[in-house]
Amino acid sequence: MSAEKKEYWRWEESCWIDPDRNWRDARIVTAGIDVGSVSSQAVIVCDGELYGFNSMRTGNNSPDSATNALKGVLDKSGMKQADIHFVVGTGYGRVNVPFANKAITEIACHARGANYMGGNTVRTILDMGGQDCKAIHCDEKGKVTNFLMNDKCAAGTGRGMEVISDLMQIPIAELGMRSFDVDEEPAAVSSVCVVFAKSEALGLLKAGWTKNKVIAAYCQAMAERVVSLLERIGVEKEFFITGGIAKNPGVVKRIERLLKIEAVKTKYDSQIAGALGAGLFGYTLVMKQGAAAKQAA
Amino acid sequence: MITAGIDMGSRSVKVVLLEDITVEGAPQLKYSIRKTHLMLPGELDADQAAEQAFGDACRDAGVDRTAIKHIVATGAGRKQVPFSTDNVTEMSAGARGAVYMFPTVKTVVDVGAEEGRGIKTTAEGKASDYAGNEKCAAGAGSFAESMARALQLSLKDFGEYSLRSDKSIPMNAQCTVFAESEVVSMIHANTAKEDIAKAVLDAVASRVCAMVRRVGIENDVALIGGMVHNAGFVAALKKSLDVDNLLLPEMPEFIGALGAALIAAESGAAS
Amino acid sequence: MIANYGYKDGSGEYYIAIDTDKCIDCAAGRACLTACPKGMFEIITDDYDDEVAAIKQANRRTVAYDCTDCKPAGGHASLPCTSACTPGAIKHSW
Repeated sequence: MSAEKKEYWRWEESCWIDPDRNWRDARIVTAGIDVGSVSSQAVIVCDGELYGFNSMRTGNNSPDSATNALKGVLDKSGMKQADIHFVVGTGYGRVNVPFANKAITEIACHARGANYMGGNTVRTILDMGGQDCKAIHCDEKGKVTNFLMNDKCAAGTGRGMEVISDLMQIPIAELGMRSFDVDEEPAAVSSVCVVFAKSEALGLLKAGWTKNKVIAAYCQAMAERVVSLLERIGVEKEFFITGGIAKNPGVVKRIERLLKIEAVKTKYDSQIAGALGAGLFGYTLVMKQGAAAKQAA
Repeated sequence: MITAGIDMGSRSVKVVLLEDITVEGAPQLKYSIRKTHLMLPGELDADQAAEQAFGDACRDAGVDRTAIKHIVATGAGRKQVPFSTDNVTEMSAGARGAVYMFPTVKTVVDVGAEEGRGIKTTAEGKASDYAGNEKCAAGAGSFAESMARALQLSLKDFGEYSLRSDKSIPMNAQCTVFAESEVVSMIHANTAKEDIAKAVLDAVASRVCAMVRRVGIENDVALIGGMVHNAGFVAALKKSLDVDNLLLPEMPEFIGALGAALIAAESGAAS
Repeated sequence: MIANYGYKDGSGEYYIAIDTDKCIDCAAGRACLTACPKGMFEIITDDYDDEVAAIKQANRRTVAYDCTDCKPAGGHASLPCTSACTPGAIKHSW
């Protein structure tokens, strides 16, 4: 019997379309594709409203990631690429969405997406992505007024969380809830470097800490790290969190505790903010053009 | 009089025992060294490791540890040596040790496991200025070590492989965690291991060099710390610094502990 | 818009902030482009179609290292980029 190498870091991919909407009734159909270093999303926007999305792991090849992400939502809805009037690409793979009509930075797209998902009272956005962390201020229209991004250092990013998931051999989706199952809330491990935090975590395990307690200390470290990023530009309500780690209550609760502010919640998948914003930008551009340009398949 | 210097690095503990021998009125220094096994996280506490290293060193040298009255600790864990009589920064210790080995040195580059720094030195062996890259694992030796592991090479082979490459591939990632992914992608894209090794060592060298430039590069320049053993890194650093000659001490990882022991001898003579 | 380019890592926080509102119709003749000895600045068309200054992508993750020539360990009184930008759009966090 061979030993199975379990991939603890592998989070669930998701694909959804709005069952109460028929895309064929839409006048303008646009798509936003966000290719990140870790995950990729494709979002379909019909007449300025969210219609469907697909979120999956980017893998090794960016151009294929864009196509594959889009294919997921096209297949689920019966739409063809030719039915899309305008495609906006964003994210690290901004240059690698070969069929995009326009590229827009992930900062602007996240702000726009957050404005839709969290409402137009959102003023501060925290995006914790796979390999970066962004703090964004926006106005009521979702236009960026201040931003700060960190994509140099793994602390405060999804990869940082994947490291712990692998180390603890616990599926990443379970880390959050387990961090609350502790007898006493521990102090953070090193919040300045994932490599050092990992060494500390090993030491704590050897010293007899339970896995849950180590996870809690790690979540606290991550929360402290992203809060320090936010405080550089200040936090103004309403506060909204996007990106994969928004699904980790262990980190989210600790951020809210440190800021003494509760984040606005959304019913949508937090990872689609960038692609959704891109799709909405596409809609605005088509409206401005005054005519729909059919996208060649 | 015997004094001791103990360098509590992030990966290993180095101990130097120094003996002042007066021969026909001219004082000489004789020193012996002892290094413990690597201090892996969680295996030994810092003070336990210090205790073990010191005990081993005294035993090996045939010295009664109670005879050593002045023990100066340095390094990242310098405050975790309960039996030390004083502690000094790595900058002071590194400067002192390097100038002792090379009296003409004016700039010392110290690259350890987790810190890379530049130190400006005076003729007396004092640190007049310094700039470091602390608390970021990408700034020093452990970056190269992680990448060597990703390529499944020993650190020594990693260095040797890099010397066989003549390419200059820049790395996008500036963080150890991200660089590991980048190296994996490079392997998938069939980039030669030699070229990857060189890219990694070039990256560390350029980061270290930027720190040294903050104190100003003035000849003679010496490199101390464990990375001296990595020929590939030494070559990369020499190129980044753009110096003809880079002084390399024997037993380079002990220079900090040597400096601490020398400082101990000075304060011992003074009291 | 305030655009912060740079990063925070274990060794510190290094951000160059550019107030792009002051960049539109630059009153200093884009002096930052030539003032920086490393040529780290460029002019881009941002997402809202304004022509503003930015730090080049290649430098954003290494600002602490790239700025070392202008920021020696002994300290600095002024920087070429902030001096050249008379509207005061550029600020360094370190």
